[in-house]
Amino acid sequence: MGLIAELTHRCPLQCPYCSNPLALDAPKSELSMEDWMRVLDEAAALGVLQVHFSGGEPMARQDLPMLVAHAAAAGLYTNIITSGVLLTQAAMATLTEAGIDHIQLSFQDVRPADADQLGGYRGGHEKKIEAARRIREAGLPLTANFVIHRRNIERVEEMITLGEALGAERIEIAHAQYYGWALLNRNALLPSRDQLEYANTVVAAARERLKGRIAIDYVVPDYYAARPKACMGGWGNRFINISPSGKALPCHAAETLPGFTFPSVRENGLAAIWSESDAFTRFRGTDWMPEPCRACDRREIDWGGCRCQALAIAGDAGLTDPACHRSPDHHLMAEAITAAANAALDLVPRRLHQN
Amino acid sequence: MTERGAVPRFRRGVKFRFDGVRNAWVLLAPEKLFMPDEIAVEILKLIDGARSIDEIVDDLASRFDAPRDLIASDVITILEDLSMRAAVEL
Repeated sequence: MGLIAELTHRCPLQCPYCSNPLALDAPKSELSMEDWMRVLDEAAALGVLQVHFSGGEPMARQDLPMLVAHAAAAGLYTNIITSGVLLTQAAMATLTEAGIDHIQLSFQDVRPADADQLGGYRGGHEKKIEAARRIREAGLPLTANFVIHRRNIERVEEMITLGEALGAERIEIAHAQYYGWALLNRNALLPSRDQLEYANTVVAAARERLKGRIAIDYVVPDYYAARPKACMGGWGNRFINISPSGKALPCHAAETLPGFTFPSVRENGLAAIWSESDAFTRFRGTDWMPEPCRACDRREIDWGGCRCQALAIAGDAGLTDPACHRSPDHHLMAEAITAAANAALDLVPRRLHQN
Repeated sequence: MTERGAVPRFRRGVKFRFDGVRNAWVLLAPEKLFMPDEIAVEILKLIDGARSIDEIVDDLASRFDAPRDLIASDVITILEDLSMRAAVEL
């Protein structure tokens, strides 16, 4: 089991494919360090083994090293998912001292000018290269994460080469997942089928070449899939996501679902949230499933796919994920691809709208 | 082909530990979690960065009632699988 601790929605970058919700949590609504420490203890007691400090940019929280140390003391495997632009030498030393186990560093591109333009942060790419060097010098494993989309997918080979050069143990080539800001910008980001096939070919060859040395995780876009992904490994099955303001969510995009009241960790214990709350039990397992999921032999493999995508594309969170070829709404995915192919390339940068 | 004299070790960032909540051994890796079965647990307990595959097989053969060749083939299969999944290096 994993806990995704979204410490803050603040971020120095403005990536238009961010999967954070459009309505970002205001800084003043964020949980305190004491709240987070209690949540970490409750998570460990519940059987959570790994904590992923995420955001926004988790390093924008000054108390991150204290939280890492607290999690490590509770026996949790600690991971930070970061843009790296705040990972100074001093910050790296503090996190190492705190007992961080792993850092996932995200890149926007391999070409500095394009990377900085997409992230809206001048000099960001250079800082990331520095951050990667610091992570390796601290003796930590490194995952280099590249989010790919229509504008950078043709450089996927150079991305893998950069990951190798940085000494990454893992490289993630992740097609943008179309939730939140990425859904807003879908028409400008969704790759064409030719682009997708090119990326598939490059990744397959690199996996073969790097076998046993560097693991490449490849996340494909649902829009071109015949089968849905087991979103979050099943609803309320493997992950708890806590938003910056303390809402417990079965996945990071769940706040888009209407008709839900997501319990807050300010008022509720994590164990009760996990086992009893409507939010975590409503789509858990197979009892909730409609046809064609209910009779499907893959129902305990993909768990009906993604509830947020069912809502966003098919209009109802309780339907089969339209990414599935057995869904009566599957044609809507192809229509979205066609719409994107004919759309302009304007992007809306992710910005924090403060209340 | 994996050499019998190779010394397996956990890759950087990989932790093998007992989880009191599950009452089971778990293998924690960057953004991955493995729940090794009983046989794998016995093998993983012997990985210390010093023992070779042959020495691990000897140890297991002295404690378990199974032919040494069968144990050796189990050990290599499991370690090669974990090597492919970037948890162990050989």
